[in-house]
Amino acid sequence: MLQVRLHGRGGQGAVTTAEMLSLAAFLEGRFAQAFPSFGSERTGAPVVAYARIDEKNEIRTHEPIQAPDVVLVQDRTLLAVVDVFSGIHPSGYAIINTTEKPEDVVPELCKQLPPGHVLTVPATDFAVQAMKMNKPGAPMLASLAAATDILKLESVQQSFQTRYPGKVGDANAEAAALAYNFLKEAIKGGK
Amino acid sequence: MSTEQIEGSLGVAKAVSLCKPGVVCAYPISPQTHIVENLGKFVKSGALKHCEYLNVESEFAAMSVAIGSSAGGVRTYTATASQGLLFMAEAVYSASGLGLPIVMTVASRAIGGPINIWNDHSDSLSQRDSGWLQLFCESNQDAVDTHIMAFKIAEKVGLPVMVCMDGFVLTHAFERLNLPSQEQVDAFLPKYEPREFLTPKEPISIGSMVGPEAFTEVRLLQQRKMLSSLQVIEDVTKEYREITGQHSGGLLDCYNCENADLKLIILGSSVGTAKDEIDRLKAQGINVGLISLKAYRPFPYAALKAAVGNSSQVVCVERAFSFGARGIICPEVKRALEGTSTKVCTALAGLGGRAIYGSTINGIVKHALDGKFKDEFTWFDIDTKVLNSYTRNALGITFPEGPIAESELEATLLRA
Repeated sequence: MLQVRLHGRGGQGAVTTAEMLSLAAFLEGRFAQAFPSFGSERTGAPVVAYARIDEKNEIRTHEPIQAPDVVLVQDRTLLAVVDVFSGIHPSGYAIINTTEKPEDVVPELCKQLPPGHVLTVPATDFAVQAMKMNKPGAPMLASLAAATDILKLESVQQSFQTRYPGKVGDANAEAAALAYNFLKEAIKGGK
Repeated sequence: MSTEQIEGSLGVAKAVSLCKPGVVCAYPISPQTHIVENLGKFVKSGALKHCEYLNVESEFAAMSVAIGSSAGGVRTYTATASQGLLFMAEAVYSASGLGLPIVMTVASRAIGGPINIWNDHSDSLSQRDSGWLQLFCESNQDAVDTHIMAFKIAEKVGLPVMVCMDGFVLTHAFERLNLPSQEQVDAFLPKYEPREFLTPKEPISIGSMVGPEAFTEVRLLQQRKMLSSLQVIEDVTKEYREITGQHSGGLLDCYNCENADLKLIILGSSVGTAKDEIDRLKAQGINVGLISLKAYRPFPYAALKAAVGNSSQVVCVERAFSFGARGIICPEVKRALEGTSTKVCTALAGLGGRAIYGSTINGIVKHALDGKFKDEFTWFDIDTKVLNSYTRNALGITFPEGPIAESELEATLLRA
């Protein structure tokens, strides 16, 4: 079972992102679960959401994820406020929404995880470019798809298009494609 | 049957919609709001036809409207949680006293004060003596199926049913759900045909005053109905499982119970978490059984006694307790096991949204196997640091790290 923890701020759609991650996995025929860390939701406040994917078994547990295989950070400013990488698996992945390079943002984590497992992506830039909003969820999931074999880009796109049929879903799909191509290029370039 | 990846609340709304209620009355309160919001959308879009959707001004009004529509012979649904359930309490008792087969979701949430919006079982268990059936759900699939069964059980027995599902943990979780088809539900749940109901064509009155000359007898007959529901729950569960192939509902469900000398009794969403931990323990050679208690009212004394068998120790993992007393589940289990030598105790955990982890379950199992549950009642998942940060200065006492048995709490009264 693969466990993903998402960190964002209220209003950026972290909870929806987790749900779309589960839907994308479901569309690929797998078992998946997503749930938020419940609190008094306020715009701008730190938000945590979780997702689990299992290849073939029903997911029974309902405990919050303490040892994630993947951490997605939707807002770079959280790095100074929340211990977002707490409990991350030694060979796990971390993806951070920023224009900066991983070794400049989280040098310690880069040493801790295997090479290429800490990635940065300007997800907000892609979201604003495609849909004029800071909803970095689709580009973040597309980055996860680009960096690992966990998901296909098409499933990520389809999940958003299922939830938001029409323009909004298409714009999310476009933002996802921008991030996917960016990260595939970055990985090819050995960055 | 269709399979969807959806929020638990949406799954429950779809399940209720498949049961074709004639009235849904709703007042929003977290964490049940998404259920009635979705039902409102279904009525508006026409997906749920011949249904009156009423936005009411309070939970008290919600249950009052439910009583009116159910007494008028209409299949009726509502949902609430926490303070909302308390606010409707007077009418909750009236509904059962009138024998109205209303189905209500309680998206279980702690009761304040201090105010707390997170999950525990203090709201649903506070209505223990209300005369409603109370069925607990261990997963969203269980919740979907139990709601559909609840209408049939309520209508067969002639009593209202509370379907208790853990707030947020289940209501807000996105999971893969198998929803039966409309044809399957129609075959399972026929159109509601009330035995008697209010109609202007043949006026009758129901709910008139009953004095000392017959009140006890009325209560006895109410209890008789409640007792009859044990068999109804089993029959309806069997029928539903045959039609859908799901494994939901029932009075209780056993996991890994064969040859387990230690058994846990758990209600609600921690059951799944515990199953995973029990598998891990088994891999280490530690055999622990789990009884998922589905029906809290009626309490299945005989089924529970059979499920416990000759185990020497049972721990009730409870998410609510009774002030000035102890656990709420444990005394019922003790009654069920009277005359046996099984030791029964409570591990209180998961209050006000404190997560129950696999590690919590592991801790409870190890505590039990080490013979450390010395009292009937133990505060299990205490954060000693938080507790001592207050008591050190305010009361001049500190607690040692770890679970606190009731006698240790009492002993601090002498130290203070």
